[in-house]
Amino acid sequence: MTKRRLASYGLNLVGAALLYALITLAFTFNVFGKSTTYIQGICTTACYTIIMVTSLNLVVGFMGEFSMGHAGFVSVGAYVSAIVSGAMAGRGLSDLGLLLVAILAGGLAAGIMGVAVGIPALRLRGDYLAIVTMAFAEIIRVCFCNFSITGGGKTMSGILKLSTFDRAFWIMVVCVTIMFLFVRSRFGRTVQAIREDYIAASASGINVTYYKVLTFAISAFFAGIGGGVYAHYMTAMIPTNFNFNYSAELLSEVIIGGTGSLTGSIIGAAFLSSLPELMRDFSTYRMLAYSVVLVLVMLFRPGGIFGRWEFSLTRLLGSLTHPKAKATKGA
Amino acid sequence: MLEIKDLHVNYGAVHALNGVSMTVKDGEIVSLIGANGAGKTTTLRTITGLEKAASGSITFDGHDLRKTEPSKIITLKLAHVPEGRHIFPQMTVEENLEMGAFADPTDMAKTMADVYERFPRLKERKRQLAGTLSGGEQQMLAVGRALMGKPKMILMDEPSMGLSPLLVKEIFEIIKEVNKQGITILLVEQNAKMALAISDRAYVLETGTITIEGDAQQLLNDPRVKKAYLGQ
Repeated sequence: MTKRRLASYGLNLVGAALLYALITLAFTFNVFGKSTTYIQGICTTACYTIIMVTSLNLVVGFMGEFSMGHAGFVSVGAYVSAIVSGAMAGRGLSDLGLLLVAILAGGLAAGIMGVAVGIPALRLRGDYLAIVTMAFAEIIRVCFCNFSITGGGKTMSGILKLSTFDRAFWIMVVCVTIMFLFVRSRFGRTVQAIREDYIAASASGINVTYYKVLTFAISAFFAGIGGGVYAHYMTAMIPTNFNFNYSAELLSEVIIGGTGSLTGSIIGAAFLSSLPELMRDFSTYRMLAYSVVLVLVMLFRPGGIFGRWEFSLTRLLGSLTHPKAKATKGA
Repeated sequence: MLEIKDLHVNYGAVHALNGVSMTVKDGEIVSLIGANGAGKTTTLRTITGLEKAASGSITFDGHDLRKTEPSKIITLKLAHVPEGRHIFPQMTVEENLEMGAFADPTDMAKTMADVYERFPRLKERKRQLAGTLSGGEQQMLAVGRALMGKPKMILMDEPSMGLSPLLVKEIFEIIKEVNKQGITILLVEQNAKMALAISDRAYVLETGTITIEGDAQQLLNDPRVKKAYLGQ
């Protein structure tokens, strides 16, 4: 069983490496011609958006609580990591090392913020929690507008350009893998039990509040990491980048992709974060297209495009090499 | 085994329980009957710590339950089957059972084999999502999940709720069998007749106070109980 599981992880790693090789090859052979740098930028955007969206899915999809303030955690990660990389620059760390230290610091700060917000907020459920998380994100934004270290209301610029596509890609792979392992662990099962029925969960001996706060913190941690990659890619940012619209955008990517499916979040994030760029020619109408997509998904796939279904490379290859085995097993 | 002394619980200004005292001895089936709003569910919820008592004491096996977190109750081997079949609908039957062993996963495979032996129907459906089970099967699953915690005592809140008369009979048979294995049971029921038939002793709760208590057989023939709860 464990051997099979290891093989499956190996296979997925190979899959990720192949995808990476494919994209890099396309860049080196200049498939996109003049716009290579531009496409590379879109791919990097997709990578950090995937981290943010999958982390939000931990709360929305797996814990079943609505969080409308994810941009708040992203901004904590972004600003803290930018400050850390600024302070640590020129101390003999390589670029990659500096980026990793900075985003880890950003992630930790966001995680601590997650605990601080989670303890009072998670006593609420549903709409009320949504309002509280929304308010939290606004408070954070207003704070960053007033701290001098973050540039006040002005742009914080001069952040080192440390996030390249390659780094963003592998950081994304590592983050998604950790979140996947988390969801499949005993811990993840517990969180899903709370989503299903919190009374039954607490009757089974689950400390509901503890697990909820911890999940919230883990989600915030990865949101912070995503924010860190974002900051070091954009090199300049302003608190208004992290307003309510940004939270809503991340949330709609979770919902369109499929609540409770990490694959869905990955596809949803990759698709929707590149959509505005792909439709730049129709920029006036792109928000319109966005809402049409949302309405269509809600009408025809209320659980999101992927629902709770997870894509598995192992299963796909298995059904390709032994087409009969799948039919007899029946899934 | 379980001892409640002079328990008072208030919901704001409303006194839900007014000095309830009761005991459950090792190996017994004790039922707590009463009309809607008498305080039966409140009593159970206070035992498991979901409601806070204003005064009084609850001890289980020498532990003060008023000082125990709801999630720690199961580690004292006191299981709770909540009212209205709270199962995990989007998890399979087997995953539901695994959650029952959350607090104490030692020998889980053996306990699960025992539960499957008792409920062959659950074994047939172990890969099925629990939400797709029938009402009776869901109730069996809720009992099975409680058994996964290897409890010494089970608190059952209205196990007959919403089930057909035939299934009610089956569920009460199951309760009797579980009790024969040496598990003490405190049963809260509206279906007084069935509950009294399988119980050793019983308490009648009326608007927050125990009005009648005694041997279950005796209560079945008590004119007051007959008039109020048995419809005779």
